[in-house]
Amino acid sequence: MSERIVYDGRFAGLLTAIFDIYTFKYKDPHFYKEYIQETMFEDISHHIVTDTTKSQRVWSGLKKKLTTAAMQKLYFVFLSEQRQVERLIYDYVKYAFDSSISIEGDFTKECVSNVEKLAKKVSRERHRFKAFVRLEDIGNGIMYAPVSPDYNILPLIAPFFKKRYAAQNWIIYDTKRKYGLYYDKNTEHINEVVIDFYSIKDKNVLSGFVFDPEEHKYQELWKQYFKSTNIPARKNTKLHLKHVPRRYWKYLVEKQ
Amino acid sequence: METSFERIQEKLNILADAAKYDVSCSSSGSKRKNTTKGLGDASSSGICHTYTEDGRCVSLLKILLTNHCIFDCAYCVSRKSNDIKRAAFTVEEVISLTLNFYKRNYIEGLFLSSGIFKSPDFTMERMVAIARKLRLEHNYNGYIHLKTIPGASDELMKEAGLFADRLSVNIELPTEISLHSLAPQKNYKDILTPMSYLGESIQHYKEERKLIKSTPLFAPAGQSTQMIIGATPETDKDILFTANTLYKNYSLKRVYYSGYIPISDKDERLPLLGTPPPLIREHRLYQTDWLMRFYGFDVHEIVNDSHLNLDIDIDPKLGWALRNLHVFPVDINKAPYEMILRVPGIGVQSAHKIVVARKHGMLTMQHLRKMGVATNRAIFFILCKASPIPNTDILPAIIKNKILSSSKSKFEKTYSSQLQLFS
Repeated sequence: MSERIVYDGRFAGLLTAIFDIYTFKYKDPHFYKEYIQETMFEDISHHIVTDTTKSQRVWSGLKKKLTTAAMQKLYFVFLSEQRQVERLIYDYVKYAFDSSISIEGDFTKECVSNVEKLAKKVSRERHRFKAFVRLEDIGNGIMYAPVSPDYNILPLIAPFFKKRYAAQNWIIYDTKRKYGLYYDKNTEHINEVVIDFYSIKDKNVLSGFVFDPEEHKYQELWKQYFKSTNIPARKNTKLHLKHVPRRYWKYLVEKQ
Repeated sequence: METSFERIQEKLNILADAAKYDVSCSSSGSKRKNTTKGLGDASSSGICHTYTEDGRCVSLLKILLTNHCIFDCAYCVSRKSNDIKRAAFTVEEVISLTLNFYKRNYIEGLFLSSGIFKSPDFTMERMVAIARKLRLEHNYNGYIHLKTIPGASDELMKEAGLFADRLSVNIELPTEISLHSLAPQKNYKDILTPMSYLGESIQHYKEERKLIKSTPLFAPAGQSTQMIIGATPETDKDILFTANTLYKNYSLKRVYYSGYIPISDKDERLPLLGTPPPLIREHRLYQTDWLMRFYGFDVHEIVNDSHLNLDIDIDPKLGWALRNLHVFPVDINKAPYEMILRVPGIGVQSAHKIVVARKHGMLTMQHLRKMGVATNRAIFFILCKASPIPNTDILPAIIKNKILSSSKSKFEKTYSSQLQLFS
C-alpha cells in the first residue's frame, strides 16, 4: 500500500521527507504539498517537518554519488513544479543510493531519462528568461519587469541579473507565482518581495502602462528597431513562433 | 533626445534597415565580466533577446553609423549610385541608444557597421571612438561587435580589438572574380590583409594572457566574416572551399552565408527584384559548415569535382551517407564516437549520450528514440540490439525515397515549387 507524505513544498522539505522515508521505511511514497488541499486522506499520511540537518544529510550523501551537474538537474526538476515531480526525484535519488556505480549516463532507466528531459526543459526556460525579461523605468530609480514563466525559474536567473545589472535597482516579478526578486544596488543583495497590487493607488504603476515620457520613447524606439531589422522577403512565422512562443508575448515590448 | 525624437526614430529606421543584411547577430564567445560594477557583462553562450518575424535571432543593436558611402558595390543597398534616403548617427546618439536598450535588457550589446564616408580611416576612427567611450567613459561591459572597414590602418584595427569583443571583415563574395565584377573598388587583398592581421593579434594576445594575467583582452570572441550567396554563379564547392580556407588559414570563429535578397531591377549582373532568396541553399550550406566544425567531416568529403553542389531535398550528412553506403551499418553498441557522429539522424548530443549509456547495457532502437535520435533516418544505417540488420546493398535512391516518405521536410513546399519552374 502506498503512503502519503505531506511536506511544505520547499526543496529542503522534500529532502527532509526523503530522509524520513529512509529512516522509517515508508513504502511507495506519494507526495503532497501541505498548502494544496487534498480531500481524500484515508491512507496513512505522514506530515514532514522540514529540518535542515536532515536535508543537509541527504544532500551531502548525494554528493558522494552524483556530480554537481546531476545535483543541479534535480533542483531544476524540482522547480518545474510538475505533478508528481517529487516522486521522480525520490526514484532518482533511490536509484543513485542503491547503485555502486554512477547512474548519470544510464539513459535506458526511466527515472534517469525523465530527469534529463525535464531538467532540460527548465534549463531552456532559464536561458529564455535571461532574454525575455523587459525592464522598464518606473521611477524612483527602479527598473521593473513582470514575467510569467512556465516553471519557477526566478531563483535560477537571479545570479545572472545580479552580475549584469549590478549598478541598478531592479525588480523581476513572477505574476503567476505572485512573488518577485528585488535587487538593491547599495546593499548588493537580492530579496524576495511580494507586491500587494491592490494597495497601489495609481493603477498605472506596475501595470505595463508607461507614462514616463523618456521610458515611453525608448520603448517606441525598440519597437521601431524590431520592425526595421526584419527582412520581409524571408518571412517565416513558424520559425518565429518556435523561438518566441505566443505565451511569452504578454510582457515583450516589441510584441505589443 | 527630447527635441529630436522623431529624427532619431527616422535615423534608426534607415540605419537598422540598411544594416540588417549583415546576418551575424551572434553575441557568444566572450566572457567579459562586470568587475567594475558598471553596466553589463558578456554571456559566453550568447543570448537571443527576441526573434524577428523571419525567425532570426535579435541579440545586438545592429546598425550602421551611416549609410553614406563612397563605394559602389552592386550587391549593396547603400551603394553610392543607389537613390535612397541617407542618414548618419552621431557618436553620442549611438552610445545613448546602446546604453538605454541595454539597461532595459533588450539587447546583449552593439553591432556597429558603416558605409565608408570620406576615407576608410575617417570612418573607422569614429567607430572606434564609440567603442572606446562606451568602455572607458560609461563603464559598459556588454558585447561589442565592430565591422572593420577594409583599408583602415593597423593602429585603428588594434584599438578596435582592445575595445570590441568581436571584429569582422566581410569577404563579400565567394571568389575574387565575382568581387571584381560587382565591387570594382574592393579586392581580396584589402580584405584578407586585415583578416590575417586580426587573426595573428587575437592569437598573440591570447597566448600572452596565458603567461601574464594583466594582458588586455583583444577581440575575445574572435573574428567572423560573411559572404553573399546566390548573387554570383559560384557552385557550393567554390563557396565551401573558400569557407574552409578561412577557417583553416585565418582561424575565423564563424563564416556566415547570406542568401542574396534582390535590391534592384536595373542591374543585369544580379538576380532581379522578386527572385526569392535562396533560403534552402543557405540552410544546406550552414548544415555543411556544422559538419566541418563539429562532426569531423573534411570539406572534400561533402563537395568535390564529382559533387559540385549540395542536394536540395536531403541534408548533406544523409547525402554523404548515401554516397558511402559501404561504411555502414555502424554498430551503435561498439563503434567509436567519430563513426556514430556520422550516422544520419544522430546529432552531437545524442552521440554523446549513446557512448555513455551503452556502458550500462546494450542499446535498442527504443532506447535511441528516447535519447532523441531520429530513428526513421538512422534505422537504415545502424545495428543495435534486437533490430534487423539493415540492407545496405539496396540502391541509395530506394533508401532516400523511404526516408523522404517517412518524414515531412519543412522545405517541401518551397522546393516543390522551385522544381516546378524547370518542368
